[in-house]
Amino acid sequence: MPDSVFDDGLTPAEENDDGLVSRRSFIKVVGGCVGAAYAGAIGYPVYRYLATPVTRAAAATAVTEVELDATELEPGSVLMFRFGTSPGILIHHKDGSWVAFSAVCTHLGCTVQYELDNDRIFCACHGGVYDPHTGDAVSGPPPKGLTVFRVEVGDAKVIVSRS
Amino acid sequence: MQKSSCPVRNRYATAVWNYADERLGLSELLAFAGKKQVPQHKHSFWYYWGGISLFFFLVQCLTGVLLLVYYRPGAEAYESVRQITYDIEFGWLVRSAHSWSANLMVFAVFVHMFSVFLMKAYRKPREFGWWSGLGLLGLAMVFGFSGYLLPMDELAYFATKVGLEIPMSTPVIGPFLGDLIRGGPEVGEHTVQRFFALHVVILPALFVPLLMFHLWLVQRHGNAIPPGEEAVPAAERESIPFFPNFMMKDVAMWLIALNVLALLASVYPWQLGPPANPIAPAPLGIHPEWYFMSQFQLLKVLGNWFPGITGEILGIGLFTIGGIVWAVIPLYDNDSRNGRRGRIATYIGFGAIAGLIALTAWGYWVL
Ligand code: HEM
Ligand code: FES
Repeated sequence: MPDSVFDDGLTPAEENDDGLVSRRSFIKVVGGCVGAAYAGAIGYPVYRYLATPVTRAAAATAVTEVELDATELEPGSVLMFRFGTSPGILIHHKDGSWVAFSAVCTHLGCTVQYELDNDRIFCACHGGVYDPHTGDAVSGPPPKGLTVFRVEVGDAKVIVSRS
Repeated sequence: MQKSSCPVRNRYATAVWNYADERLGLSELLAFAGKKQVPQHKHSFWYYWGGISLFFFLVQCLTGVLLLVYYRPGAEAYESVRQITYDIEFGWLVRSAHSWSANLMVFAVFVHMFSVFLMKAYRKPREFGWWSGLGLLGLAMVFGFSGYLLPMDELAYFATKVGLEIPMSTPVIGPFLGDLIRGGPEVGEHTVQRFFALHVVILPALFVPLLMFHLWLVQRHGNAIPPGEEAVPAAERESIPFFPNFMMKDVAMWLIALNVLALLASVYPWQLGPPANPIAPAPLGIHPEWYFMSQFQLLKVLGNWFPGITGEILGIGLFTIGGIVWAVIPLYDNDSRNGRRGRIATYIGFGAIAGLIALTAWGYWVL
């Protein structure tokens, strides 16, 4: 029995007296390489096949700007939109200001909502509360504020982009 | 330290092996597999074909599950196969491998069947091996037929439409049966949906236990030796242990099969035609998969000679009788001394091979 980690596992029968590699161990190595080549040739296409939607989604995440048909949004109302692959929240406040945040809660990733009556952004999952004007975390488990987007209100569109 | 029965000489492998061996009795299995002998003679080559069929079936299960990741039956069937073929990376290859391997599997099963027939391996005590094998062939053909519809392209549509004429000409219950299989009077969404259930749930659920039974019988009775070899005195017959010698050769065959499949699937990618359109006329040269060609051609010819329902009944009757004769051969040719019945069975075997090849070739010739 080999007794060291560095032992190549060959028995004396597999190594010649002069220390040259025997036919048996040569076949072992070549067989291993061929096996690895087959595993790769099958594994790689299968991986790419299964990962196609992941790759596509990664491309969509690279989005930096979205245009929304939201110029008609009444003051005191909210629009949920899709920013790349994740949800965003656009609020037209009663004071006339516009703000947009990523709607992904910084705690464990639930989607947050704007509560008009309480004038706060609330996460229903564990009760996180955010400031509806700045996105700062106010109370509850969220460790930090929501990601803030830049909002430009044009004539026809509202443009939301990464700031 | 006691000597381990582990087949790999590596300390880690040995440790894992010993752990499992103490609990599962692996060394008994191994000793058993090593005692089991596979006969060696000039027809030994044919012993590989069952294993090759098994290999392609395993490929079907693997590639089939991969297709399931993106395939959607019902109204979206064509669109989902279009996505697999053109949008998903390497989707064309997975689909091509599944389709090619399906054909290679049916081919291997045919070779296997005719070789065991000519080696007279259906004789006592192997009758159930013969019958379970016929069941596997039947299921493989239904696998192929149901899978062929799943992409819902033009060819799939017409092949299914025409193929279903066969169960529909069953006396009395035929038309009813046809509607039930299609899920309506025409091939459509409902047909794909139920063919899908058949193809991925019902058929595998029937096929796998039958395959286990078949393999268990092979294991129980060992390989049959052909009559010519049986005449050799027992002491002079040659054989090799199943493990590891025959298994290594089996693995070598599987590697060849894998390479052939990889070559075909990548050099000749499986095509996707235009979507099925129920009001478009059938394209010229429409024909079923090659393994249904002989039946197709026989029906076509008899239909020309005996117009109307007569030709159809005659054709289906002939194939049914042929199938029954094929199934009861073990009852007829049951004597290991090669008598008159043995000779007649051999003629029937060669006759069946020649007949099927001739009809198939004829079918392609007049296409
Ligand atoms: C149990 C494992 C199997 C699963 C899960 C499976 C699954 C599938 C799926 C999802 C499709 C549709 C995708 C497509 O059309 O390309 C398909 C197609 C097909 N399958 Fe299978 N299948 C299995 C076994 C078999 C077997 C044993 C055969 C034949 C002996 C077979 C023959 C076919 C054929 C001919 C097609 C049509 C291929 C095409 O035109 O694209 N399948 N299968
Ligand atoms: S995920 Fe929003 S508070 Fe926990």
